[in-house]
Amino acid sequence: MAYLMIFISAIFVNNIVLSQFLGICPFLGVSKKISTAVGMGFAVMFVMTLSTIVTFLVYYSFLQPYNLTFMITVTFILVIAALVQMVEIILKKASPALYEALGIFLPLITTNCAVLGIAILTIQKNYTLIAGVCYALASAIGFTLAIVIFAGIRERLAYTKIPASLQGTPIALITAGLLSMAFMGFAGIGN
Amino acid sequence: MTKNHQMFFKMLFTLTVIAVLSALVLSHVYNLTKEPIAKAKDNRELEAISEVVSEFDNDPFAEKMIISTTDKKDKLEFFPARKNGVINSFAIKTYSNSGFGGRLEMIVGFYIDGAIKSFKITQHQETPGLGSKADEPKFKQQFDGFNPSKHKFKVRQDGGEIDAITAATITSRAVIDAITRAINAYHNFNTGK
Amino acid sequence: MNKNSYANLTRGIIKENPTFVMLLGMCPTLGVTTSALNGLGMGLATLFVLILSNSLISIIKGFIPPMVRIPAYIVVIASCVTVIELLMAAYLPTLHSALGIFIPLIVVNCIILGRAEAFASKHGLWQSILDAVGMGIGFTIGLTLLGITREILGNGSIFNYSFISDSASPLLLFIMPPGAFLALAGLIIAFNKLREGK
Repeated sequence: MAYLMIFISAIFVNNIVLSQFLGICPFLGVSKKISTAVGMGFAVMFVMTLSTIVTFLVYYSFLQPYNLTFMITVTFILVIAALVQMVEIILKKASPALYEALGIFLPLITTNCAVLGIAILTIQKNYTLIAGVCYALASAIGFTLAIVIFAGIRERLAYTKIPASLQGTPIALITAGLLSMAFMGFAGIGN
Repeated sequence: MTKNHQMFFKMLFTLTVIAVLSALVLSHVYNLTKEPIAKAKDNRELEAISEVVSEFDNDPFAEKMIISTTDKKDKLEFFPARKNGVINSFAIKTYSNSGFGGRLEMIVGFYIDGAIKSFKITQHQETPGLGSKADEPKFKQQFDGFNPSKHKFKVRQDGGEIDAITAATITSRAVIDAITRAINAYHNFNTGK
Repeated sequence: MNKNSYANLTRGIIKENPTFVMLLGMCPTLGVTTSALNGLGMGLATLFVLILSNSLISIIKGFIPPMVRIPAYIVVIASCVTVIELLMAAYLPTLHSALGIFIPLIVVNCIILGRAEAFASKHGLWQSILDAVGMGIGFTIGLTLLGITREILGNGSIFNYSFISDSASPLLLFIMPPGAFLALAGLIIAFNKLREGK
């Protein structure tokens, strides 16, 4: 039940992009087409879950016992960067098809603040490993949901006449704002 | 040694040096700031305590006691405030996990008869401008003198007598939840004695 | 100050303003600007990290083999961020708790790594500092303006000084998440108009 709550809250109520403002860069950057948005979404799901597990283990087996908790930022970002590299290399060898689909998104993910953000939040919220995994997976699903919907709207927008001064970034931001408003409708579900 | 090997060791060496230097610098800064950080935290708590209890001349920190709720799940910190040696009010550090953004921590002050005096939220992740209004006088003042054993200690929507913050009922409920926890612990402590 | 230095200093403020033109560091931009003070605080924290990291990277750039430069930069930047975070926790505890998760996330702010890679790794110490100051100020201006806009509209106050009566209700939407997107859209439109007008 508690895990279900974490799931619902992370996907809808506290959507990582639309209400926590993590991972805005890829959200605005790779959302012009639904297909790329889906690719990015799956890449984030994979990396975020994996990195939360690894950083969790690193934190509780090294940082905390040796009183090095102040090294959390340095350690986590390095672990994530290394992990992304490893995933890229393994994927290239093991599954060229999957690499083809997700490969180009991987380097972008290192600097995706959502991954580091969720890893740190899992520690700050004192989650257990299982709760942390749920949280990371659900946040990533929330990210995917938001970016795919957003890409869908932007694909349609491309065929619409937009006032000159709104073209480009402003209309994207306004769309994101409206989407965020729609997600506010989920507020309070968990309570 | 081939050129590749040389390159590899050079990279390894540089990264190791940078990592070691970074760790050294950080541990130094950490040691320097450890005390001020702890002090800042204590100061904030002491400030919060002074804000929610009556005038006192003792050191509430020195007389801190740990009290637990009836279900033994929570251990809360209890701070008595004395003037000329007599306890005139007390503060309890409590929390609620049902805030809109999750955990909410606060210090509640009580009059000696068990009525609420005031509270101060020390940590929250509520929506700015909505849930965060819980720490503003407009919402807080209705708690002054409110005795939960005589009145219904719930928000109006739930059939109680507390006016919830507009558009932040969940936060208002969380505040009440946290205070209820403190009251429970206090009664448990009082009757157990 | 010669022409080159002047260009490096002012580049980040208008021509390549990270907030309005380059759209870099969007997460903190949208996430913490619920009040003018938070925006200013975040901007300044980023400014300090940027100056520190740009200087350090400009100094050590000669010793780092090109293949490992990115991980090396990341360690340097993360260390700078941690130093700033510890100092804020010690001496500005209120601001520290208001900015929360976004302080450690300065590490992944694209502006920092972007400037390290695009500028500090190719220029001398003094020019790199100028570049950092310019970019940092540009970012601070962006965040503060957004914070002011959202605070005025959403809370009826400016730098915590309220100018509406207690019974009046401001446009709360603007300090809620959707308002961040909408306010930034508005500011970018205004910024573009101003630049065109010149």
